[in-house]
Amino acid sequence: MAKVHQFDVVVVGGGGAGLMAGLYASRTAKTAVISKMYPTRSHTGAAQGGIAAALGNSEGDNPAWHMYDTVKGSDYLGDQDAIEFMTSEAPQAVIELENMGLPFDRTPEGRISQRPFGGHTNNETGKPVRRAAHAADRTGHMILQTLYQQCLKNKVNFFDEYQVLDFIMVNGKAAGVVAVELSTGELHTIHAKAVIFATGGHGRIFEVTSNAYAYTGDGAAILFRKGIPLEDMEFFQFHPTGIYKLGILITEGVRGEGGVLINGKGERFMPRYAPTIKDLASRDVVSRAIYTEIKEGRGVDGKNYVYLDIRPETVNKFAAEDGRTNPDGSKFNLTAEQVLKKLPDIIDFCRVYLGVDPVTQMMPIQPTAHYTMGGIPTNKFGEVVIDDKNTVMPGLYAAGECACVSVHGGNRLGCNSLLDIVVFGKHAGLRAAEYVKTAEFEKLPENAESAARSEFDALRNGSGKENVFDLSNEMKKVMFADVGIYRNEKDMQSALEKVRELKKRFKDVTVSDTGKIFNTELLNAWEFGNLLDIAEVVALSALNRKESRGGHSREDFPERDDKNWLKHTLVWNKNGKLEIDYKPVVITKHQPKARVY
Amino acid sequence: MEITIKIFRYDPEKDTRGHYETYVVEGDENDRVLDVLELVKGKTDGSLAFRRSCAHGVCGSDAMRINGRNHLACKTLVRDVGANITVEPVLGLKVKKDLIVDMDPFFDNYKKMLPYLINDSPLPADGKERLQSPENRARFDESTKCILCAACTTSCPSYWANDAYYGPAAIVAAHRFIFDSRDEGASQRLHILSETDGTVRCHTAYNCTEACPRDIKITKAIGEVKMAMVTGKLD
Repeated sequence: MAKVHQFDVVVVGGGGAGLMAGLYASRTAKTAVISKMYPTRSHTGAAQGGIAAALGNSEGDNPAWHMYDTVKGSDYLGDQDAIEFMTSEAPQAVIELENMGLPFDRTPEGRISQRPFGGHTNNETGKPVRRAAHAADRTGHMILQTLYQQCLKNKVNFFDEYQVLDFIMVNGKAAGVVAVELSTGELHTIHAKAVIFATGGHGRIFEVTSNAYAYTGDGAAILFRKGIPLEDMEFFQFHPTGIYKLGILITEGVRGEGGVLINGKGERFMPRYAPTIKDLASRDVVSRAIYTEIKEGRGVDGKNYVYLDIRPETVNKFAAEDGRTNPDGSKFNLTAEQVLKKLPDIIDFCRVYLGVDPVTQMMPIQPTAHYTMGGIPTNKFGEVVIDDKNTVMPGLYAAGECACVSVHGGNRLGCNSLLDIVVFGKHAGLRAAEYVKTAEFEKLPENAESAARSEFDALRNGSGKENVFDLSNEMKKVMFADVGIYRNEKDMQSALEKVRELKKRFKDVTVSDTGKIFNTELLNAWEFGNLLDIAEVVALSALNRKESRGGHSREDFPERDDKNWLKHTLVWNKNGKLEIDYKPVVITKHQPKARVY
Repeated sequence: MEITIKIFRYDPEKDTRGHYETYVVEGDENDRVLDVLELVKGKTDGSLAFRRSCAHGVCGSDAMRINGRNHLACKTLVRDVGANITVEPVLGLKVKKDLIVDMDPFFDNYKKMLPYLINDSPLPADGKERLQSPENRARFDESTKCILCAACTTSCPSYWANDAYYGPAAIVAAHRFIFDSRDEGASQRLHILSETDGTVRCHTAYNCTEACPRDIKITKAIGEVKMAMVTGKLD
């Protein structure tokens, strides 16, 4: 029998969204946060460049511009009511983080410092605007630390190193979760009135990724198996600048500080693709440009990478050509000292992993699988909505990268993810706390943990013909090659078939470790099962969408098709068979038009 | 290239004491030690247990002893340590299984530092951020980089000798707030650190500074805390 705990609200995930939800829910409700790692290990900590908010600390800006940029960035697939909500909440959200103690970098006047970032513009001039509030190039780290610290201050209950395995649903309502305590192997049932999933993305379905090992889509996969749909899963962001081969993220902040992309012929190529904002175009645009340069033979030494150049002499030369000035109108002049101060982690990564010093050498980069735009469908309050009519499932919430509100639509703007987790984590927490005031506990089913137990048993009792490590590599390769930056019918069809074959072969794995204490082999195998389920939905959704929009670029359907495809994809698991349906996009202020940067 | 990796193994459900196993794998000099561990786990012995997540030195999961010194396995390349590698759990924390140690005492010490902004003064009336000059912000910049990996604390001879000592990582956490011009809790933290398990146990061995994968000058930070305790000043 599993140990049973009872809380009003249980939050699954200890990253930025989960901690924010935990912090707010625990103000009035008995709340627990369960996390498969110590919360400070969460992937929020890997976010670098900044958090977007129209504070206007250095130059004129306003939330309406931020809204428009986000809608345009999403390639008009984002829901405009939710985007307006997020961008109008943004300034207060960032100020709240500062008030909590977050050590933002400062302007000479002592205000929060902001830098330009891709796709964020002054809507009057079309030029990049300083909207990304930052703490060096470790803004996510500082958000994660600050929120964890606030949770400690407010005595939030943590279950560290507890892996969620199942969602308990009774009478169509949330009733809790089942989790395994990693240090003992014991199962725990957490009986709750409200469950908030904040489990992050699933970038580990791809071979080259900036994502952590932990990014295995657990929450989305669990709910999907329970019959809850997943939305817009074909939309996955490939960040333009990952370290060549390793995929480690090099922040867009490098380009925000003036860095430029250079091809194998030594040319700055972005002006050909985005004449107005050049290297600071949206990520999907820049990733496609890099891919095109490589495909047309302008990679470096014929290989599939190009350079990112932040050397002051290069930056200053192009800044002068672009007419870039400082906020006070003075001449823009980047120094080596400023590079070291503003981008210390980037310098460190390049030195450690590449033996390259970015102050004097160019960085070899390639696009890297980075961000999950799709996910568990929610409304702007974090409530999970389970059909095309946006019907709310009582007591179930999702926030952060695992959720699809949708504020990112077809392509997320840089610095909007940290904003997303803070705003929607908070509102999911508040909403759940409000809900539990009047909701009753559903009666737990007998042996609530039995489904989780049988999933583990299956992994222990397979024939042993297959090996998880090998299957995982096969999946990542095919997903990166065939459901990557550019896609076509034939490749995606074969990827889908491959994933389905891997799902069958996965039944033949066996876990050799029979122990209970830190059985990471069993857990990794279980996580891989989640990735396979997710990969199938991603491939199917991508194959199904016959247009190009945002991060979904089809060679066989190169144009955006608003007539037929200005709609969200929903995919359901109906007893193992996948079914597709759609729901409309919410359009309030900005009618779709051609997207030019 | 051929890589020989000797790994400390201990399974509390099977073993009465730890032992070493040696594995030979095919790898590359640019592989991370973490990649080598993943390969051993994936292809040879799935029961090998270690923590990891981000794989590029920012989450703090995989501090371990590599060839006798504390490192993050994901930030140490084969070319840096050679093709004969010995990997062991960090010292001073109880081994739970293989390379996994009990991190609870480490986090408990962190929590004792009141590691959160303490400021009961009213927020700015304009509803905006508290002001802080770039110079004041720079004063505690280094200590904000800490990822709580425990490489420093578990390399400290004073901590090995007496695990009641809060340890360097906890003092770095205290430093981060003590020298933040917005914080009003310095005297409380300095009081905690003036107790017998506080900074008095630091004998400036510098192991912590050498072990830090984030290049925080930890011994210097501890020195600044000691100085603040003596002078009562925070500059």
